[in-house]
Amino acid sequence: MRESLRQLIDTEINPYVDAWEEARAFPAHEVFKKLGDAGFLGIARPPEYGGMGLDWSYSLVMAEELGHIQCGGVPMAIGVHTDMCTPALDRFGSDRLKREFLAPSIAGDLVGCLGVSESVAGSDVASIRTMARRDGDDYVINGEKMWITNGGQADWMCCLVNTADGHPHRNKSLLIVPLNAPGVERSRKLDKLGMWSSDTAQIFFDDVRVPRHHLIGEEGMGFAYQMMQFQEERLWAAANTVTGLDNVIRETINYTRERQAFGRSILDNQVVHFRLAELSTEVEALRSLVYRATELMIAGEDATRLASMAKLKAGRLQREVVDSCIQYWGGQGYMWESPVARAYRDGRLLSIGGGTDEVMLGIICKYEGTLPKTR
Amino acid sequence: MRIAVCIKQVPDAEGRLQVAADGKWIDEDEIKFVINESDQYALEEALTLTEAHGGEVVVFSLGPDRVQDALRKALALGAKRAVHLADSAFHGGDAHATARALAAAIRSEEFDLVLTGAQSDDAGYGATGSMLAGLLGWPHAWLVMGLEVDEGGGSAKVTREMESGMNEFFRLQLPAVIEVQAGLNHPRYASLKGIMQAKRKPVDRPTPADLGLVADEVGMAGSRLEIVDVAFPDSGVGAQIFEGDPATAAKALIEKLRNEARVL
Ligand SMILES: Cc1cc2nc3c(=O)[nH]c(=O)nc-3n(C[C@H](O)[C@H](O)[C@H](O)COP(=O)(O)OP(=O)(O)OC[C@H]3O[C@@H](n4cnc5c(N)ncnc54)[C@H](O)[C@@H]3O)c2cc1C
Repeated sequence: MRESLRQLIDTEINPYVDAWEEARAFPAHEVFKKLGDAGFLGIARPPEYGGMGLDWSYSLVMAEELGHIQCGGVPMAIGVHTDMCTPALDRFGSDRLKREFLAPSIAGDLVGCLGVSESVAGSDVASIRTMARRDGDDYVINGEKMWITNGGQADWMCCLVNTADGHPHRNKSLLIVPLNAPGVERSRKLDKLGMWSSDTAQIFFDDVRVPRHHLIGEEGMGFAYQMMQFQEERLWAAANTVTGLDNVIRETINYTRERQAFGRSILDNQVVHFRLAELSTEVEALRSLVYRATELMIAGEDATRLASMAKLKAGRLQREVVDSCIQYWGGQGYMWESPVARAYRDGRLLSIGGGTDEVMLGIICKYEGTLPKTR
Repeated sequence: MRIAVCIKQVPDAEGRLQVAADGKWIDEDEIKFVINESDQYALEEALTLTEAHGGEVVVFSLGPDRVQDALRKALALGAKRAVHLADSAFHGGDAHATARALAAAIRSEEFDLVLTGAQSDDAGYGATGSMLAGLLGWPHAWLVMGLEVDEGGGSAKVTREMESGMNEFFRLQLPAVIEVQAGLNHPRYASLKGIMQAKRKPVDRPTPADLGLVADEVGMAGSRLEIVDVAFPDSGVGAQIFEGDPATAAKALIEKLRNEARVL
């Protein structure tokens, strides 16, 4: 499986990454179709909808292998589609809804995205304002979603909306919104620090009608479903990072071995090879954490604590590793086109997207029982 | 139609090779093995042909246990069955001994076509396929860049690339042995479904006796060629390497050709 994915990445993705970075987007439909044809978009999804029905350890392998893509944007876009906007639909969606949206997404015919964040609410998910009101057999949606990965190209959104007033953890629902529906407007691509191959958009809903059967599971359960769905997202992000970090360290070893200063290679300085060994040790520790969290997930146990720790550690370690590596590359590392510079730009997102480091710490503290009591 | 595809597992060209302690081959311990490049195209061609004409593909490979990986991969790509000539009596042979073993294995079934790559990326003799055709007594074409099986499956039209952009076309009676060149199609990726199914597909491991051969007809004992010595050529002697991107390197080269070698 790793070999087949690598072959696909090396022939269909990596040769084009520079051009996609330049274009600020990659052709998601084209790339997803290739992945879908090879059966990689529905690894953990049921065979009735074209999936492979395998456990999440196989998704983990895919997340790891996608780390070989020579940028962060493309793997992120694929991860959003396979493990961030689809888990809740798979778990709680009706058969009809899955046939309409899950099956074609697994085949690579439709591109999905996840709409949780809004310009007024990111970390504080409970405070989102987008509202869907029932009107006959439809929901009518008004509001906006911000920083949406795949937003420029996606065919549908798994969208967190308020469907009632009342307690903010019990008034929300997940709806599948076709993005060609009248009243949906996509902003221009947002300009970002990194992740250039991935298009990120703001999406506005102005009286957008979607049929009632587009509701995932039960009304009022959206917040809870999304919190569950975040676990795959976070573990996926951590697993994907591990490979990227391995590669950055390896490329740094190669570069510093060749580069000479003061009559020897940069790598020959103990401060350099010791530091790189230390960083590799940290990466291995992260990998083990990811594997433990995966085992819990496969066993059907609550992986929230470990998945949050893995995501937190991945974000921090990404910054630490790449920062050190760029240092050893010197001026060449600071150059725009160097692989460490790209990893530096792209990797910074990890501590922000999919729940910030601080949000992860909050969740971990909740499990540790160390959060101060709210009055 | 039933197609036999012979694949060889070779060291990954990107790996760092070292000469083995006995000086007669490379050290195989730490290197990664892959399916020989042109064999991958042969397999793809066979799979496309059976998709169009019906039938099945059986892959054959001779070599030690590690060859299992190559066969599993071929099964994951869509081959129906694999035959692994794994018995140690088969090992260490030259092209002729290998062809003899493959011919016996192929003859023990019915095939309409044998496809192989044109040559192996490691030894590079480019001889196994021709010898196989000779031993089977079948028509044969080498360095094939295009292949069409005619209606009814009795014959095939092949395209061979010749010098100066010319192509040669001819028609072969089937069964035949056709050796293809890398680049004649686009090898597919193993789908996840294929990878899962491959685990349950059969791999036969016949011995020389099963194929009606005596052990000293194959492998090292049956070889006429012996590798005496392998070595890396002395590097650096008389060679200059131009650093930098292609444009800069080309400029430097022209400069040298003009001013030092004075050939321009
Ligand atoms: C490139 C990119 C792609 C994205 N893709 C998607 C997507 O596909 N779908 C989607 O829904 N969202 C997406 N996002 C949004 C992302 O999930 C949010 O940016 C993230 O959750 C943080 O929310 P925020 O930006 O509103 O930050 P804020 O919530 O405004 O937080 C700002 C800072 O304050 C900190 N902070 C907040 N509260 C506390 C507290 N109580 N204690 C301590 N510190 C606190 C935060 O940790 C953060 O450091 C994407 C973002 C980016 C940049």
